[in-house]
Amino acid sequence: MVLEDDGSPVVVTVNDSGECTGERTGGSTGDSAVRGSGRTTETGTGRTEVAIRASGITHRYGKNVALDSVEFELCRGEFMALLGPNGSGKTTLFSLLTRLLVADSGHIALFGHRIERAPANTLSRLGVVFQQPTLDLDLTVEQNLSYHGALQGLSKKEVRSRAGLELERLALGDRAHDRVRSLNGGHRRRVEVARALLHKPDLLLLDEASAGLDFATRTSLYEHVRALCDERNLAVLWTTHLVEELKLDDQTLVLRQGKIQASGTLASLANEYGAGNINQALSTLASGDSSP
Amino acid sequence: MRSAAFARGFLGILEREFLRFVQQRSRFFSALVRPMLWLVVFAAGFRAALGIAIIPPYETYITYEVYIVPGLVGIILLFNGMQSSLSMVYDREMGSMRVLLTSPLPRSFLLLSKLFAGAFVSLLQVYAFLVLARFFDVTPPWVGYLAVFPAALLGALMLGALGLLLSSLIRQLENFAGVMNFVVFPMFFLSSALYPLWKMREASEVIYYLCLWNPFTHAVELVRFALYGDFNSDAFLVTTGATVLLSVAAILGFDPGKGLLRKTAGRS
Repeated sequence: MVLEDDGSPVVVTVNDSGECTGERTGGSTGDSAVRGSGRTTETGTGRTEVAIRASGITHRYGKNVALDSVEFELCRGEFMALLGPNGSGKTTLFSLLTRLLVADSGHIALFGHRIERAPANTLSRLGVVFQQPTLDLDLTVEQNLSYHGALQGLSKKEVRSRAGLELERLALGDRAHDRVRSLNGGHRRRVEVARALLHKPDLLLLDEASAGLDFATRTSLYEHVRALCDERNLAVLWTTHLVEELKLDDQTLVLRQGKIQASGTLASLANEYGAGNINQALSTLASGDSSP
Repeated sequence: MRSAAFARGFLGILEREFLRFVQQRSRFFSALVRPMLWLVVFAAGFRAALGIAIIPPYETYITYEVYIVPGLVGIILLFNGMQSSLSMVYDREMGSMRVLLTSPLPRSFLLLSKLFAGAFVSLLQVYAFLVLARFFDVTPPWVGYLAVFPAALLGALMLGALGLLLSSLIRQLENFAGVMNFVVFPMFFLSSALYPLWKMREASEVIYYLCLWNPFTHAVELVRFALYGDFNSDAFLVTTGATVLLSVAAILGFDPGKGLLRKTAGRS
């Protein structure tokens, strides 16, 4: 059960076909399933597919526990921010979601499929923007997109038409034949977003995608991604340590030392932990005090 | 997954390796300069010091330049395998390896495709070197140029698989110097690339057996025989076996549940 922005709880159930059902009940909160914010809850009642279901995820590096019993759900059309300081386990969670790592215990299902059992079914519906730059600097923008398209099984013709469209939307239509090395940091990030969207994924993961960008570029990137939730019924998990780039009604998971410390909209977190100031709330959470 | 998706994935990886190779012209020239220096300078100095007996596949006395050329083909393949390993460690540190590993195509297929793409780039350099070698009186029969293709391809795959395995084991780029000292140089010098094995045996029985057990020796011998239109079945079996073993080990090394990737991921 999760709270709506206005405080009314939404019972979250998942039926056998892997759909999320959000239904406004007006009751009190009980045991909670952490959910993203978006179309389902906004309309009061709705059904959509579960994009991510993480159940009891625990992962260790030697004796260090990187993630400890992490659970959450994200449905299509929803946006969720994963907020946490450096070392909180965000990138580890990201690596598990993209099958770069396999969890020591617990499991992750994307669109109803366990990721380690059906990598082809899950990864083909996943778009990823990594924290580190992953473009080939010596190749052109188009060649980078073409490489990604080939890895996703797209034909050259499909890549050309989709690349043109995505680059146009990100105001990079005239840079397709430029070497990536000649682009600035903001443009390179936008190329990575265009690349992640090239194969029309249903789930977009962005790991600190806005790191190192100026305020205006960060905002436009955020706005673009946020709009995709509605336009394409895309589920988005946006990992960041910068609370300034989020909006108050964004559903947020706060991760600290590998555990989910709190969840809810930024507004509700501010009310609960920081007397109306979200930065104060987060510093309270970061200090390890999760009691409201 | 449809077979067209596999074909597109393979061609995409091949195209990227080729484009990167074309873009990095200095890499191409340095890959040629290295064996040319050995052929022109080193071989000239050693010609007088080393006599070469008639050994298969040669049917007559040969110059040291003729003897050393298959070994220098081996050098090109060896350094390309290591270059590919180095760039994979770099890609992993820089993150671009993740683009490959998060593709829906099977990971083993992706890694083998990368292996073939690297081997293809190596072969371009091998042929460029063989053309240059003709100007220094190393003129194998024309059929040798055809026969050397599968032999050098197999050698390139074996050394590429070794590079792939090393890249799954090496945690940081800085550790690569150790690879040069403990893998590349011993592999090269403890082989038949520079001196025939009978000559090694005269010097030391131990070194002779080390050379004999070195799979690089067999890759060089496979190329040597192929270049003169001949086939060395022992060299073929050892090179094929080593290629299979190293490829399997490299694929296991990149398995997210078993390999070293699980220890190298960052925590943030």
